Amino acid sequence: MEKSIDLPPPRIGRFRHIVNLLRTAPRTAKFGMVIVGLYAFVAIFAPWLAPYGEAETVSRIPFDGWSSDHLLGTDRLGRDFLSRLIYGARNSISIALITTLISCTIGCMTGVFSALVGGIVDQVISRFVDAIMSVPDLIFILMVLSIFGSSIPNLIMIIALLTSTRFFRISRAAALNVGSLDFVEAARVRGEGLVWISVNEIFPNILPLILSELGMRFCFIFLSIAALSFLGVGIQPPAAEWGSMVRENAALINMGDITPLIPAAAIALLTISVNFIVDWLLNTASGLTDEN
Amino acid sequence: MHDTANPEAAAPVIEIRDLWIDGKLNETWAPIVKGVSLSLRPGEVLGLVGESGAGKSTIGLAALGYLRSGARATAGSVRIDGTDLLSIPEADRRPMRGTRVAYVAQSAQAAFNPAHRLMEQITTVAVKRGGMRREEAQKRAVDLFVALQLPEPNTFGERYPHQVSGGQLQRAMVAMALICNPSLIVFDEPTTALDVTTQVEVLIAIRKVIEDFGVAAIYITHDLAVVAQIAHRVAVLRFGEIIEEGALDRILNDPRHPYTQSLWALHDMTLDKSDQHGQGGGALLSIESVSARYGDFAALTDVNLQVEKGATVALVGESGSGKSTLGRVITGLMEPSEGQILWDGKPLATKVQRRPLETLRRIQIIYQSADTALNPRTTIRKIIGRPLKLYHGLRGKAREARVTELLKMVELSEAFADRYPGQLSGGQKQRVAIARALAANPELIICDEITSSLDKVVQAEVLRMLLDLQDRLGVSYLFITHDIEVVRVIADRVVVMQNGRIVEQDDTASFFAPPHEPYTEKLLASVPDMAGGWLDAIIAQRAV
Repeated sequence: MEKSIDLPPPRIGRFRHIVNLLRTAPRTAKFGMVIVGLYAFVAIFAPWLAPYGEAETVSRIPFDGWSSDHLLGTDRLGRDFLSRLIYGARNSISIALITTLISCTIGCMTGVFSALVGGIVDQVISRFVDAIMSVPDLIFILMVLSIFGSSIPNLIMIIALLTSTRFFRISRAAALNVGSLDFVEAARVRGEGLVWISVNEIFPNILPLILSELGMRFCFIFLSIAALSFLGVGIQPPAAEWGSMVRENAALINMGDITPLIPAAAIALLTISVNFIVDWLLNTASGLTDEN
Repeated sequence: MHDTANPEAAAPVIEIRDLWIDGKLNETWAPIVKGVSLSLRPGEVLGLVGESGAGKSTIGLAALGYLRSGARATAGSVRIDGTDLLSIPEADRRPMRGTRVAYVAQSAQAAFNPAHRLMEQITTVAVKRGGMRREEAQKRAVDLFVALQLPEPNTFGERYPHQVSGGQLQRAMVAMALICNPSLIVFDEPTTALDVTTQVEVLIAIRKVIEDFGVAAIYITHDLAVVAQIAHRVAVLRFGEIIEEGALDRILNDPRHPYTQSLWALHDMTLDKSDQHGQGGGALLSIESVSARYGDFAALTDVNLQVEKGATVALVGESGSGKSTLGRVITGLMEPSEGQILWDGKPLATKVQRRPLETLRRIQIIYQSADTALNPRTTIRKIIGRPLKLYHGLRGKAREARVTELLKMVELSEAFADRYPGQLSGGQKQRVAIARALAANPELIICDEITSSLDKVVQAEVLRMLLDLQDRLGVSYLFITHDIEVVRVIADRVVVMQNGRIVEQDDTASFFAPPHEPYTEKLLASVPDMAGGWLDAIIAQRAV
């Protein structure tokens, strides 16, 4: 009875798989990827791309119009608007990214832990999270920042903490689903510890969901930082930030100048692009599950 | 065998000619149905037999002019009363479904909407497409309930799907299919998900309405014994092609194609009983008056059971009889409310967390569904390698070598090590699950319905392999199953459970020999026989 079951068709390599995936991505997702790539490029190479410094006063004329020296004119202190826009990408995106990653780590770890342990521990953590979520985010942040002072680390920590509640919810729900499957039970019967089960059995299976949530939360965090800066408690001058750039130059709109709308449009474009990518990721992720 | 079919009299109800259907897999299209031709005359029942993945369901749905997403018809025609379903637009096909061709799905539980009453769901098609008035449709539904021998036919329709049993729900779906008096019904494995005792009821009901209403039917199944009771003609399908087709008697008594012959594999498989296991060894596992409860519900009551070294004990019963609960109690996932479990004479900790790793190693479990028992994001190498590291501290080359060895034991080639479970067939996945259990070098393996989601052919192979492994490794099996045929092949001792109690416990030989306990009698009588006429005999017996 020495018979092995015949070999299945050759395996597709991981690299080929990714290339395939990118090739078959819908147009919206490709558009999103190009735009996000462009933003990342600008943010990383800001000092080389910007014609002037971030806080450098280059003109004696405030609110100067568009010219060949200053492509997008100057702001109220005579700083080059284009340069600030480019540096703004750096500040806004990097802070939003760090905040998203921190909140994702906190949220997912507690979420999976809570789901696996269950019982009273799960109840306590979940109700605590509900309590935090019941307070409107913006008011909560304003309150905390006015108590502890408005600094970038404070900003990052408080937004990360509030956003982590969303990650907690979604990762807990997903982990509960996966946790009821036989392979997790098999791991328990085998005598595996909680950490091993979380890392090896649960996490790889909820990753697609978390990735898409990551993209979405990045957008929201980006928007709340811009909103806070617009309110004057976000990123403090002289650092350039798109939200505060809108506020500082808002007066120009009354004079029929659309310059202050450019940073607003930059925010909108990034948000839309990230959402395109997220939608596509969600689709392929749900497709993965019925592939078996 | 049945006199309702009159094959030569009328024009065919359905004529499928040279049908080719492509399926999409990993971005490429490959044919899954290859030039199938079928035709049915009014009142005729065709059994479509084959293992999963053979294209049975695809053909069944194509008979309704329906293709699943990721499938497309490339050639051929499906004619219902002369109209080619594949060449007319979807909008024209839709009114025909449910009225002229109807479909009965495998899982009634999944097919009914749990939020609506049965009557509402059963009559919808008749009212919306069949041109019946609501009262008319409801009256017909009640008539059908009577014909299908459903309890309290007048009020049955007012229940919700969760308020009726699986077998009743399956019959309710048959009523739904019959409501518009279609000329053809496609039955897609309607009894596969049911217990043997329930299966008989549903089979009898289906047989009766097919004959009463003179409807033609395509009966899809992987169980030849079932087909033998229902069909006039049988078509055997493999890899999308019909490899053999003929009258039922001919296929049963004189199968020509080697594959058709192999479908008898499990039926013909016999264990050499001279080689009884487990006589020498003492009790490895003894369960002493164990009771367990879910809340107020007593899942197990005073269960006593022993498994000897190297023996196979089969635990038989319908779903809900407490078989799997006993498995959970033994593995420590559920605490018994009374009694204790002894391992080699020493009591086991009731909770899995309190058992030492060495104890956990000795008892392994294999699950019914290999789909959910293997982490889809982990390679087979890691899945099998993990217990090797955990229990035996194997690393690097030694572990690699052992993984290969284990794969060989379950008759898989080395190349499987780098694959993911999603790339394997059901039988292959189950083999991986077995390899993972063996990796621990266990002394007892609890097999929880491990063959029930597999085809007969694959089942026979897996069982034979398990017996081989037992001879070589001396491992004991506690084999939880509802399939009497499997018991006959594999078990040294049989334990029958009903409502959380053990009702009979006997050697396999004396278990199958009369006299039986009343419940065992019923269980044995419910197992379909390969020979045609078995169901007729039961119907005749009940009529008396």
